Amino acid sequence: MRAEQDSLKKTVCETEIEIKNADGLHMRPAMQFVDAANQFDCDITVSNDKNSVDGKSIMQMSMLAATCGSRLKIKAEGSDAQEAVSVLRQLVEEKKFDKPEPGNKKQKAKRVDE
Amino acid sequence: MKFSDFVCFEAIIGELQASSRNGAIAELVSALDKAGRLGKGNCEKITKAVIKRENEASTGMGKGIAVPHVQHGVVKDVVAAIGQSSAGIDFSSLDKQLVYSVILLISPADNPDRHLQAMESVFGHLQHDKFRKFLRQSQTAEEIADLLREVDENPSLE
Repeated sequence: MRAEQDSLKKTVCETEIEIKNADGLHMRPAMQFVDAANQFDCDITVSNDKNSVDGKSIMQMSMLAATCGSRLKIKAEGSDAQEAVSVLRQLVEEKKFDKPEPGNKKQKAKRVDE
Repeated sequence: MKFSDFVCFEAIIGELQASSRNGAIAELVSALDKAGRLGKGNCEKITKAVIKRENEASTGMGKGIAVPHVQHGVVKDVVAAIGQSSAGIDFSSLDKQLVYSVILLISPADNPDRHLQAMESVFGHLQHDKFRKFLRQSQTAEEIADLLREVDENPSLE
């Protein structure tokens, strides 16, 4: 993760994350991601090797269709960029959307709304 | 993935009879069933599973679109049905607006990547205003099928 300040004091923060839940970034994880992203003021762009999309749009995030094991780049621009990237990385890589990892499918998925 | 790789063209409904969310889901599942895509005797089971998933979190993504779906062992590969409602259906969408185009996806239980590929295709198209507009303007199953074939052949159309 790296953060830079440009002349307008806009923080830009970027990181690469790996999708770790077995089912990948399907609709509910995508919604969790978008909900988390929308708590921040900064602009958030998420990219794979084909597309760059708005991390705050559920339709665009669903389009990424990132499978388990795939990597995405998160770029945040704005005053709270650093915190946003940190929270999103945590959701994807540590909480893994509260979903099972491969080989651990029995674990019951938690509700995602609220 | 192209639409023709997973959309069941015999399960496209130009004007849904149902005016409720559950009714629309049942109608689309039944269309897939009639087209022979769900195996024997699974229609009711699949309808219930889709409604259960929908109750957990709405798939009404906003902009008049809902994508109810479920992963289920009765299908070997992902299959989709599409229905339109000119009156609009309440799907408890994110933007609280009515849904005019419903895309139902049934994906195999043991292949999450296949489900994601179909989602990528569906949302890749749906995020284009022009595609959503064309879809909503299509009034018959034939018009919808033609639209899907057109974007399959010429993705730059959007």
